[in-house]
Amino acid sequence: MSNQPRMTEYWRRNKRLIAILLFIWALVSYGFGIVFANAISGVHIGQLNAGFWWAQQGSMFVFVALIFIYAWRMDKLDREFDVHEEDK
Amino acid sequence: MFGFSVTQTWTLAFVLITFGAYLYIGYMNRVKDTRGFYVAGQGVPPIYNGMATAADWMSAASFISMAGLISFMGFDGAVYLMGWTGGYVLLALLLAPYLRKFGKYTVPDFVGDRYYSSTARVVAAICAIFISLTYVAGQMRGVGVVFSRFVGVSINTGVIIGMAVVAFFAVLGGMKGITWTQVAQYVVLILAYLIPAWAISAKLTGNPVPQLSFTLSDITEKLNQIQLDLGFTEYTKPFQGRTMLDVFCITFALMVGTAGLPHIIVRFYTVPSVRAARYSAGWALLFIALLYTTAPALAAFARYNLVHTLHGANLEEVRTKEWVKSWEATGLLKFEDKNGDGVLQIAKDKDKNEVTIDRDIIVLSTPEVAGLAPWVIALVAAGGLAAALSTAAGLLLVISSSLAHDIYGKLINPTASEEKRLLIGRVMIFFAVVVAGYFGIKPPGFVAEVVAFAFGLAAASFFPIILLGIFDKRTNKAGAITGMILGIGFTGYYIIGNRFFGMPTWCFGISAQGIGTVGCLLNLVSTFVVSRLTAPPPQEIQDMVESVRVPRGAREAAAH
Repeated sequence: MSNQPRMTEYWRRNKRLIAILLFIWALVSYGFGIVFANAISGVHIGQLNAGFWWAQQGSMFVFVALIFIYAWRMDKLDREFDVHEEDK
Repeated sequence: MFGFSVTQTWTLAFVLITFGAYLYIGYMNRVKDTRGFYVAGQGVPPIYNGMATAADWMSAASFISMAGLISFMGFDGAVYLMGWTGGYVLLALLLAPYLRKFGKYTVPDFVGDRYYSSTARVVAAICAIFISLTYVAGQMRGVGVVFSRFVGVSINTGVIIGMAVVAFFAVLGGMKGITWTQVAQYVVLILAYLIPAWAISAKLTGNPVPQLSFTLSDITEKLNQIQLDLGFTEYTKPFQGRTMLDVFCITFALMVGTAGLPHIIVRFYTVPSVRAARYSAGWALLFIALLYTTAPALAAFARYNLVHTLHGANLEEVRTKEWVKSWEATGLLKFEDKNGDGVLQIAKDKDKNEVTIDRDIIVLSTPEVAGLAPWVIALVAAGGLAAALSTAAGLLLVISSSLAHDIYGKLINPTASEEKRLLIGRVMIFFAVVVAGYFGIKPPGFVAEVVAFAFGLAAASFFPIILLGIFDKRTNKAGAITGMILGIGFTGYYIIGNRFFGMPTWCFGISAQGIGTVGCLLNLVSTFVVSRLTAPPPQEIQDMVESVRVPRGAREAAAH
């Protein structure tokens, strides 16, 4: 197992990645889909107004993408810090 | 009506084939040890765990009622769409990988170990049982309702058939049997949902992909216009039924509640590694989103189609349509020619409105409205049953594991042998099936109220203390217990007061459905503050927190 400062750094990098992804998560759902929904309703995505599209379609696509991005980035981070799991 | 119609014959055939498959899969995956019984031997590949999680998650209500609910709520229906999907991001980033590394059997296991307290374990086990029991009653009822509507047996007979099937594969196979039947059930339910949705999308817009045609066609635009013409507000206009703050809070409570639901969390205990837990959450949400992004399209299309077909139509003429006839016969579609002019009118004004549409029709009638063959209608019935049974099975396992593992195995008889533990697990799951069946046959009148409670409770109890248990080493027993009591106490008081005793929504007008958000924040803050004011947790607990943060070693952790 690696030493303490390296583990602290690993955890810090993990938390930073989580913070960035959760910011996007909140922006598309609570931002575009709720708080700014009225403000952006003049903009159109396809034939739908943007607030409605983000609330009923777009946010869900982004949610799926965020999880896969996290899993992919953490694969890289785990290897960089040599804490990844052994292959079976 | 005696004898079977073509649709009923198809339905019977589909139900027999799918139920036969579930029983066969359950039998093939029977288990002989507790690790197989509670966490499927931790050997489920991520993509299959994703399917199983999706089936576990999507209930009879998601399948049958959600699109209908949205079509009557318009924009505000987004609380369910975002609320019941966004929680998976929280799970994948904040909880699932670490709980998998922790590597025990249940959610109360984590709470009890992390907070070195039997009290915390018991409180967690009771919460898990309560949350799961309120849910499972609705599922069993759902099985009965689908049976009675499509096969023509009574609701109670349907509930008993459903109980027998679930009991068989759950008692024999535990989590392993449940997992692999859920994979099969996912395939059935998603095909049953998407095939009619593709057909109706192609019929109305010429484009078979509902997500595309919803965005690109002018159906929603036309629907907005019709709504205005009839005196309603535009379909896509936000915050018609609720305030922005309430929409915000409900969405958040549902997201955090989802991430705190024990039957969802335990699914991530069943994969082989931390890495698999992360990807598995992605697959789960992808499979869920296939249905959840289709539902709002279906909601708008079906509403447009119904209003367009029925408003201003000649009553005699409408009644010649096959689907109108069959749904009017079920009582879910009602006409009442109030002004006697022989023409149907849809209006906002109750005294002028002549058409009553039950929200369940939106999904159930799509195959007929789209003019699809009777076997598709039968497939929808099989899909509804798959959705209800798969969710019921996952919930029953949580009830069984809370009783047999957390309460019996950890507190009452910690020295019990492996054989005895497994036997108790099987007995408890059978017992849970019987209780669930009882509530399915005699549903308590307050089920709808209690579901809000289940989410509020999960949001205000499990989510904050698991989150802090992983991300804040300093959080201790005193903090966690204070936080849980305040969170549950406040949320419970508000929901019960508001729903049963007419208490006003004094907390900024937030409804009972959304109050879990406040309960969750209250729990987070009080846990954090009390932990800082009292002694830090023992060194071995802090070491344990360090170890769950690192992926390596999850396979070894599983081995003992």
